[in-house]
Amino acid sequence: MPEIRNYTLNFGPQHPAAHGVLRLVLEMDGEVIERADPHIGLLHRGTEKLAESKPYNQSIGYMDRLDYVSMMCNEHGYVLAIEKLLGIEVPERAQYIRVMFDEITRLLNHLMWIGAHALDVGAMSMFLYAFREREDLMDCYEAVSGARLHATYYRPGGVARDLPDFMPQYEESKWRSKSAAAKANKNRQGSLLDFIDDFTTRFPGYVDEYETLLTDNRIWKQRTVGIGVVSPERALQMGFTGPMLRGSGIEWDLRKKQPYEVYDRMAFDIPVGTNGDCYDRYLVRMEEMRQSNSIIRQCLEWIRNNPGPVLTEDHKIAPPKRETMKGDMEALIHHFKLFTEGFCLPEGEAYAAIEHPKGEFGCYLISDGANKPYRLKVRAPGFAHLSGLDEMTRGHMLSDVVAIIGTQDIVFGEIDR
Amino acid sequence: MATRAENLVQRLQASLPAVTPQLNNDEVTLIVAPGDLLDTCKLLRDDEQLAFTLLIDLCGVDYGAYGKSEWSTDTEAGQGFSRAVDANSVGRLSFGQDAALADTGQPRFAVVYHLLSVQHNLRLRVRAQCEDDNFPVVPSVTSIWSGADWYEREAFDLFGILFDGHNDLRRILTDYGFVGHPFRKDFPLVGNVEMRYDPEVGRVVYEPVTIQPRVLVPRVIRDDNRYASGETPEPDDTQSDVV
Repeated sequence: MPEIRNYTLNFGPQHPAAHGVLRLVLEMDGEVIERADPHIGLLHRGTEKLAESKPYNQSIGYMDRLDYVSMMCNEHGYVLAIEKLLGIEVPERAQYIRVMFDEITRLLNHLMWIGAHALDVGAMSMFLYAFREREDLMDCYEAVSGARLHATYYRPGGVARDLPDFMPQYEESKWRSKSAAAKANKNRQGSLLDFIDDFTTRFPGYVDEYETLLTDNRIWKQRTVGIGVVSPERALQMGFTGPMLRGSGIEWDLRKKQPYEVYDRMAFDIPVGTNGDCYDRYLVRMEEMRQSNSIIRQCLEWIRNNPGPVLTEDHKIAPPKRETMKGDMEALIHHFKLFTEGFCLPEGEAYAAIEHPKGEFGCYLISDGANKPYRLKVRAPGFAHLSGLDEMTRGHMLSDVVAIIGTQDIVFGEIDR
Repeated sequence: MATRAENLVQRLQASLPAVTPQLNNDEVTLIVAPGDLLDTCKLLRDDEQLAFTLLIDLCGVDYGAYGKSEWSTDTEAGQGFSRAVDANSVGRLSFGQDAALADTGQPRFAVVYHLLSVQHNLRLRVRAQCEDDNFPVVPSVTSIWSGADWYEREAFDLFGILFDGHNDLRRILTDYGFVGHPFRKDFPLVGNVEMRYDPEVGRVVYEPVTIQPRVLVPRVIRDDNRYASGETPEPDDTQSDVV
C-alpha cells in the first residue's frame, strides 16, 4: 500500500494574491487545507522601537507607513493618544476636517480592498474602476498635504493646515493634449471642497456600478457565499474588529459606540451581516462606502459655513505661524524648542482607539515624562485578523484561501509594523 | 452622574474585591500578580456584569530604562552640546556594546492586556508584572481568548517574555534564526547584524552591523516648573502683545 502523506505547499511571499509579503505554509490533503501557518514579519521595520527613539512629532510620518492604504486613519490613532495624555482640545473645524478625511481614507481603503479582492477572485475590471476613483481621492490628499499617499497631515492639536482654495491642475504635456487637460481639469476649477462635493455626488452612482458587476454575479457568489464563515462567538474570541466583526452580525462600531471627534453629530448607519461569510463582509463594506459618502457630505456642509482655526494656539505643542516668527521673539523660541527638542508629555499611559477602515486601530502610549514615547504599541486590526486565518481556511479548498485573504483586507505594513 | 469608567470601577470592586482598580485619564487599570492572572481573566470574561469577551491587545513592556534621560536639564544647562551625547542609552549603542540598565527597584517586564466588553461598552487595562527579571514568565491566556496566540508570540519575540501554557511559542516578527529580543531597552537601535548577498559564497551572509548609531534629538525629561505640576502648560497669550 502506498504511503499517503499530506502535501506542504509554500504560498508566497512573492505571490500576487498574498497582498504583499505573506508567506503561508499550507498543509494540504489533496486540495483541501488541513492547516495554514502564516509566516509574517517580512516587512517588520520596528516602527514602535523607532518611535521610541524620536520626538513625538517625528513619528507621525511612520504611522502613514503602517497601513499604507489608509494613511490618515493611522495618524489619527496616534495623535489621539498624544492628545489624550496632553489633555488638549482640538479646534472644532479641525475635528470636522479629521472626520472628513477619515471617511475619505475609508473610501480609499475600501476601494483598494474591492479592487484587489475582486481581482484575486477573478474580476479584473473591478480593479480598474476602483483605481479610477482612488485617483480622485488621492488628489484630495495631494491638495491638502502635498503628498498623495503619506500625508503626515494630522498633528497633535489639529491638522497641519487649512483646506486649500484651489486644486492641483493637470498640465498639457507630450501625453496629454490641451483639450484633454482642460477636460480633466473641469471639476478642479473651484476649491478642494467643491471638488469633494462633486466627487461625493458622483460616487454613489459608482458604487451602484460596482454592485451591478458583483452583487448578483454568479461567479462572485460561488466564490464568496459560505466561504470563511465566522460565528459571532468565534469572531470575538479571535479578537476580530471592524467589518470582520460586523460581517458576523455583531453591531460594533467605535464611531457610534465610543464616538471620538464629531462623530456623535453625524447621521449614519452601521451595516451588519448575518452569515459571517465572505459575501456578507463584502456587502458590509459596500454599504460602509455609501455611509462614508454621506458622512463626507455632512462634514462638507459644516466646514463650508464655519471658518476658524485648525491647529491649537498652544505653541508649546504646535508651531507658530511663519509670519509671526518674523517679528516675534517668543514665537521664534517656541519654534526652535519645538523642532530641536519637541514637547514633553506628562508621565502616564493612554490608549486611544479609532474605527479604522479595517477594524480597531489603537495606540497604547506610555510616557515617562520625556520628549519621546517610552513605549508605543500599535494595535493593528489586521494582526488579529490574520491570526484567525488558520481557523477560517481549515477545510476549504486552496482557491478559497485567496478569497479569505482578500476578505480579511490584509495589509502588511500594519501587521508587521 | 458617574462616568462609564467610574461605573466600571464599582463593578470591578464588586466582582474582584482583592485587587484595587486605578482610574487615570478616564481609563481603568487593574494590576494583577501573574499567579492570579488566569482566574482574574476568566472572571473578567465570564462575569455577567463585566463580560470582557474581546481581547483587543496584548503587549510586553520593558520598564528597565524608565525615567532615564540623556540630559538632566536642571544641572547641566550651562554646558555645551556634548552634555547630550555621552549617555550610554539605547539609541547610541553600537555592535557589542551593552547598555547598563540601572536598577529601578521595580519589576522590569510587564505584560499589558487591553480588554473590551462589547456587551457593556467598557474598556479595561490589565497589567501583570513578571516577578523574575532574568526569567520573565506569565501564564498564557490563550485558553481564555484564543486571539491571544499571536500577541503572546509577538511579546515573546520582541521582549523574551515566556508564556506558560502557550503551545506554539515561536518567534513571529523577526527573521528566522534571529538572536536576541529587539524591543528590550538594552538592545541597540541599529541592531547587531546586517545581511547582504555575497556573490562569492553564493548566498546571503550575516555580518556585524556597520551603521554608526546617532541620536539627533536627545531624550529629555523636563522637570522645570512648566512641567512640574504634571499639568499641561497654559496656552501662551503673550503673542498678541509683542509685535
